[in-house]
Amino acid sequence: MSYDPIGRRKFLQTSALAGLGAAISPWSVRPAHAANLVVGFIYVGPKDDYGYNQAHAEGAAVIKKMSGVTVVEEENVPETVAVQQTMESMINLDSAPLIFPTSFGYFDPHMLAMCTKYPKIEFRHCGGLWTEGKHPKNAGSYFGYIGMCQYLNGIVAAHATKSKKIGFVAAKPIPQVLLNINSYTLGARSVDPSITCQVIFTGEWSLAVKEAEATNALVDQGIDVITCHVDGPKVVVETAARRGAFVCGYHANQSKLAPEKYLTGAEWNWSQVYTVFVTKALQKEPLANFVRGGLAEGFVKMSPYGPAVSAEGRKRADAVQAEMLKGGYSVIKGPLKTNTGKEVVPAGKGYVETAIELESMDYLVEGVIGSTS
Amino acid sequence: MATVAERPALLSAVTPAASRTEGVLRAYGAAEVLVIPLLAILVAALLFAAFIGALGKSPVQLYQLVYTGAFGTWFSWQNTLLRAAPLLLTALCVALPAQLGMVVIGGEGALVLGGLSAAAVAIPMQGFPPALVIAVMVLAGMAAGAAWIGGAGALRAYRGVNETISSLLLSYIAIAVMNHFVEGVLRDPASLNKPSTAHIGVVNMIGVLPGTRVHWGLLIGIAACLIAWFLVKRTTFGFAGRITGGNIRAARLQGLPVERLIVIFCALGGAMAGFAGMIEVAAVHGRANASLIAGYGYTGILVAFLARQHPLAVIPVSVLLGGIAAAGGLVQRRMGLPDATMLVFQGILFVLILLSETAYGRISFLQPPAERT
Repeated sequence: MSYDPIGRRKFLQTSALAGLGAAISPWSVRPAHAANLVVGFIYVGPKDDYGYNQAHAEGAAVIKKMSGVTVVEEENVPETVAVQQTMESMINLDSAPLIFPTSFGYFDPHMLAMCTKYPKIEFRHCGGLWTEGKHPKNAGSYFGYIGMCQYLNGIVAAHATKSKKIGFVAAKPIPQVLLNINSYTLGARSVDPSITCQVIFTGEWSLAVKEAEATNALVDQGIDVITCHVDGPKVVVETAARRGAFVCGYHANQSKLAPEKYLTGAEWNWSQVYTVFVTKALQKEPLANFVRGGLAEGFVKMSPYGPAVSAEGRKRADAVQAEMLKGGYSVIKGPLKTNTGKEVVPAGKGYVETAIELESMDYLVEGVIGSTS
Repeated sequence: MATVAERPALLSAVTPAASRTEGVLRAYGAAEVLVIPLLAILVAALLFAAFIGALGKSPVQLYQLVYTGAFGTWFSWQNTLLRAAPLLLTALCVALPAQLGMVVIGGEGALVLGGLSAAAVAIPMQGFPPALVIAVMVLAGMAAGAAWIGGAGALRAYRGVNETISSLLLSYIAIAVMNHFVEGVLRDPASLNKPSTAHIGVVNMIGVLPGTRVHWGLLIGIAACLIAWFLVKRTTFGFAGRITGGNIRAARLQGLPVERLIVIFCALGGAMAGFAGMIEVAAVHGRANASLIAGYGYTGILVAFLARQHPLAVIPVSVLLGGIAAAGGLVQRRMGLPDATMLVFQGILFVLILLSETAYGRISFLQPPAERT
């Protein structure tokens, strides 16, 4: 390292030459797809993660088959200036007029900055809370009430558990995750109030080692049905099944990973949402800014039951699902206490899935073993 | 340190020849240092082309896309430069301690803590003049990074702890510390599903270079590389460091404060990574949150090794890797190749550059005439 043959001049000359070479190159940029409507999808992880990103990529795959549509996709895009660059690149190099940045952290500040910079481009984001007057008109957000599916997961889990102890591997104690943990637990306890649910937070959205450790720790405690809320449930599903525990899936269908042990799962059905958006865009109609939906709207769905689900379990879960499809079903309803003994919902009060209060949940309900901090 | 300058014996022993021959030697040395890495890049590109061909895709199309996405237009250039900006600083976090023969790979932790500290000091300073707030943020970011990597250096110097391992482990601790604060006392209660600190205030953000979308981090990074080059190659302090790296016992015999040099060089490197974290907060995110953990610290290691730890070479290598990252998106979108494709290219490149280290002094046409055999 003590030898310095690159002099300052040499360095400057070389850089200048390299720059010149780049500037006069014959290759130029062509718009990729002139006639079609180009739709961009951006994922924070790999498209085949058996989880959050795969659920979106499956939705995008349905869009890809629509005539007059070209889909451009980018995976593993971090929530930094990189996603802004990806959006700009889709706009400038691919001429995409409609972009779906699918990760929560893309919204603020990245997507909002792009909305201001490109007012003619439409951006629709998964999970953000688009607010009239606060956010630009060409922005929007969509999400699904998947907590209802976790409630159904809980019902199925309750029929499968022998130890009366079920488990949950969670990423971070944020409202969306807490609602899932609580729904899963309440679903199970609606069948048998003696059931408890142990939760372990890994602290990261995608951290395979900790997910495996957490799953093993749950099984070691005698827990025999496990579900999760991490970006890619693959590790949790495979580890649990290998250890002999049943699993309920999340985000996408993971039955292939554990054909015997997979009970059912809470899945997104993004193709429904994307088809509506893209159809409207093709007809040059305005796109909605705030879109939410549950089982009834087809935004979320349950995986087909696995072989280990008892007839009784199926019957109960199907009956509750039928109730949910009628609308007005409350999972979070009084009297409801947290696991620290505080009453959060008084008797007689209930929150339907659309209730805005659920989007700021900060507690774990009675029956959950674990803490939010 | 003045004693070092008075003892030029070490240097003159290397170049005993007269000044004209010295010029020739220097020219050959420079040619070798430029040609060998370029050959390595060329061979890597050919190998990668074979890999792409084996996948049944066109290598020509791929390289056209890489060129278009990275350097083909002013738009692409800005994309490249934006991605290069943080790498300039995180690479220095590796390259500076490397002058003393150390391998520090914990820049990620220093960056994360730099960003957290910068946000933490800016939040209570709302209403102060922005220039003052930014200055304090810079100091806080650099101080946090310096303390972190300087700590790894001190462990090395005074306790013999391997700095590679300790800096890596310290960066896991740094990430945990950031999560603790961001999800705890520093959390903005409004940041529900993505725990973040409060915003540092729009007036306190550092903007973009006039007429571009590239933020000031790029120029700061380039300036830091130039200063680091001057410090390492043109001052007695840097010379003392390089002697320590060349032969630590000789350095001790010369009376150099070896321990202090180790700590200072590590702290300087850490300060650079901390500065990069501050820039991420002040130029991109406006808050500290998990988006800081974007792998810039780890890519910086790659940059520093590809640059053979030379502070000036860090600049073109950062631009090259920034370009590969920028082009990666286009390659995914146009060719349907997974994100890992460009990682394969980076990997091949890295291995070949390391391999090429053994080629110095062995390629006959690059040797001075007298030494040819």
